[in-house]
Amino acid sequence: MKQYELIVGLEVHCQLATRSKLFCACATDGFGEAPNSRICPVCTAQPGVLPVLNAQAVELAYRAALALECRLNARSIFARKNYFYPDLPKAYQISQYDQPFSEHGKLLIRPKGAAPKTVRLTRIHMEEDAGKLLHEMGALKIDGSLVDLNRAGIPLIEIVSEPDIRTSEEAYAYLTSLKEVIQFVGASRCDMEKGEMRCDANVSVRPLGQEKLGTRAEIKNLNSFKNVKDAIDHEFRRQVELVESGGRVVQETRLWNAEKQATVSMRSKEDAHDYRYFPDPDLVPLTAAPERVAALKASMPELPSAMRARFTSELGLSEYDAEVLTGDRALAAFFERAVLEAPKAAKTVANLLATELLARLNAEGKGADAAPFPPAHLGRLAGLVADGTLSSKGAKDVFARMWETGKDPRTLVSDLGLSQVSDDKQVLEWVTQALAANAKAAADLRGGKDAAIGAIVGAVMKLSKGKANPALVNKLIKEAVKA
Amino acid sequence: MSQDLTTLSAARVADAVKKGEISAEAAAKAAFDRIERLEPTVRAFLAVTKDAALAQARAVDEKRKAGKPLGALAGVPVALKDNLQLAGVETTCASKILKGHIAAYDSTAVARLKAADAVFVGKTNLDEFAMGSSTENSAFQKTTNPWDSSRVPGGSSGGSAAAVAARFCAVALGSDTGGSIRQPAAFCGVVGLKPTYGTVSRYGLVAFASSLDQIGPFTRTVEDAALTLSVIGGHDPLDTTSAARPAPDVAAPPKDLKGLRIGLPLEYFIAGLDPEVERAVRAAVEMLESLGATVKDISLPHTKYAIASYYIVAPCEASSNLARFDGIRYGFVDRSASSLEEVYEFTRGSGFGAEVKRRIMLGTYALSSGYYDAYYAKAQRVRTLMARDFQKAFAEVDLIACPTTPTPPFRFGEKTDDPVAMYLSDVFTIPSNMAGNVSLSIPCGLSAKGLPLGVQLVADQFGDARLLAAARVFEAARPFPALQ
Repeated sequence: MKQYELIVGLEVHCQLATRSKLFCACATDGFGEAPNSRICPVCTAQPGVLPVLNAQAVELAYRAALALECRLNARSIFARKNYFYPDLPKAYQISQYDQPFSEHGKLLIRPKGAAPKTVRLTRIHMEEDAGKLLHEMGALKIDGSLVDLNRAGIPLIEIVSEPDIRTSEEAYAYLTSLKEVIQFVGASRCDMEKGEMRCDANVSVRPLGQEKLGTRAEIKNLNSFKNVKDAIDHEFRRQVELVESGGRVVQETRLWNAEKQATVSMRSKEDAHDYRYFPDPDLVPLTAAPERVAALKASMPELPSAMRARFTSELGLSEYDAEVLTGDRALAAFFERAVLEAPKAAKTVANLLATELLARLNAEGKGADAAPFPPAHLGRLAGLVADGTLSSKGAKDVFARMWETGKDPRTLVSDLGLSQVSDDKQVLEWVTQALAANAKAAADLRGGKDAAIGAIVGAVMKLSKGKANPALVNKLIKEAVKA
Repeated sequence: MSQDLTTLSAARVADAVKKGEISAEAAAKAAFDRIERLEPTVRAFLAVTKDAALAQARAVDEKRKAGKPLGALAGVPVALKDNLQLAGVETTCASKILKGHIAAYDSTAVARLKAADAVFVGKTNLDEFAMGSSTENSAFQKTTNPWDSSRVPGGSSGGSAAAVAARFCAVALGSDTGGSIRQPAAFCGVVGLKPTYGTVSRYGLVAFASSLDQIGPFTRTVEDAALTLSVIGGHDPLDTTSAARPAPDVAAPPKDLKGLRIGLPLEYFIAGLDPEVERAVRAAVEMLESLGATVKDISLPHTKYAIASYYIVAPCEASSNLARFDGIRYGFVDRSASSLEEVYEFTRGSGFGAEVKRRIMLGTYALSSGYYDAYYAKAQRVRTLMARDFQKAFAEVDLIACPTTPTPPFRFGEKTDDPVAMYLSDVFTIPSNMAGNVSLSIPCGLSAKGLPLGVQLVADQFGDARLLAAARVFEAARPFPALQ
């Protein structure tokens, strides 16, 4: 059997995180709310209404495009995509066609078990969402369908990649990186369960070494990253088997059925709509003035990939910690401000943040900006651990009090009497007492049984009520038995 | 005042109401008395909103009594073409497909008229969805020309033109996509203004061809047209294609037309132009000359492509604009449908009339994959050339004078079997829509049979106030007989 190469391009829709819809003032928070509770004459296409472009949507779309290293076109055009469906009130969708607002981007992806690679982006365009059809009301089946227009007119960007993806792992990594960047710049919340991020995959195969691309199938209904991965794997096998058995792949749209783990044909190219695109005469061309683009570029935050590289190389964090911290823009900012207080203890700051702060925040469903104390407090706490004032156990206790009171950790340490004893003389006295009281363990230790040190350390801690600096305790015990 | 209040201009009514010389209620009652007497013959209205109008008029009178300031159109009876949204009242566009559709909101022009204390007497008849030149394409009734009931009032705003001519109101709003205000104004012997594209917000005008549609007034005096425009014009944040400028002011007319340069486009005085129309227009031009204007021949060479390119652009936009009438959310739905496909087929098949379907099909075809460049894109390029023709002309002249229509008003049925003959009646008005400039039809005489004839004056984009001022000088020098 010949070897085949998989070729994938992805089309991802993300809902822009605006408060109102793309062309009217209706709220975008209609998910899970009563049907048709977020509608007006404009988004229900009453006769005579006109669209007015939402400036915030444009701002967010531009931010997403710049974060994805796209070029912002000086002029772009909204076009009408004409087709009939009950969830599309105007019977056309306002989208962008031959003149999108941005093109030529790229995204660095890190596929599992493979080297990082760059995927090129063809374009990003803005468009409005359609409503949805309901076929039941709760448990009640309806004769016919009902239309809910809460989603109609929700602002979306569609991000189209070049066919640069070669494995399903790469597709998964692409989506992961894309989501990370777009969330990070605040362009979209990308909550797939709420339909805020959706993906279609264009899949084709070709014999290894062949240059010409094979005929592609477009796979829809992929509502999780895992579905995308599974569907691509399945579609690859299906197309290879088809070609191997003498068949031909036809250009068509296929739906992924996650239960059956299979794609099924929805419509062929011949049945495809002729959308009769033309420029929407109700909207003026969208212009991106060079000054505006420059100002936007200047206001863009450092992106997660760059930040991760800096965290690992300059601050010595592990890949894992850097990953956790850059997963959320507020968390990363919190970390950076905390590190200013303890420049030499970045790793300790990261540990405290990842283990203590995140656990608490996650438990309460809060973001880093809702922490009950300023970042500087966490930095100081890390500093107290780094200079030996606090044991890690002590740091846990102080953190708990900080969470409750919001007080400065230095105040809390003295209030609680948690200061670690690092005084050589005092610690040596406890060590001597402990060795005397635990003769067997002391003898074992002298005889070369290193594990016996645990019992001695435990005894010292008991004598010091937990305040002895553990590193010092270890060092002094070893010196004592050697002598 | 024992005078017939329906003979007063809008400016005079508003002035008298403000001064307390007449009540808004009396003006409204006079309008309804006349409507009750003559409407059975004219049939200008699809809906007469008498109760609401009288309540509105009384509220204006109360406001005056309370010493509150009144708006520029205080107590003026106004009719609205039935493709303009007036909240709470049916908007049908003279189509079965919208029968029973109650407007959910006010169009911007209507809201501004309300704020200026105008009184709405009713919604007027039109060619279905403003597609036509005789109002014969209305799904509901034929409106007759008040000057001769065997003839059409023109279209598509035939109801509004007839209502003003018959003195059912002082002002009526229409919409003009290819001549739908100016052609019926000429046929009915009234003033009809198509403002510069973007001067009046289109919000709430049921769209026919968005890049061409413009709302404008029918009045019996040029001053009233200027007054109405000063109320309904000006930027509207709800219409992003509306120009970022204030409404044109009512400019005081100069005492003569000295220094005004007028151009006569060669391409408009051609074979096929009715000799009576030509004579009347030439006489009007002589009158303009005698008032001090200089006249010269000019050329608008791309005029010959006007109809062909218009009948690509307008139907393309219409095919998309009218797609929302699908039986799903409002208006007519054919309940015998047994599938989604049939809901669309049956509802649109029986809801739309023949001319609307013809244009939807033309537009759908022209926008189809593979034809876009040959039709829509090419028509848009021709449109640019037509706009350039006007730009060149307006470098040499201030106004263009020409016929509004090639013929006097025609008889019912005369052109209904020949769509192209009907389309040709807009040959002189379409270029201003394609170029987006301002143009006005003003009465300039009667034919031998006593039918009104109109002259069209065209100015450059946003030359609305200048055009109206010049037209007032003409009007003062050559008063037009009102219909008795």
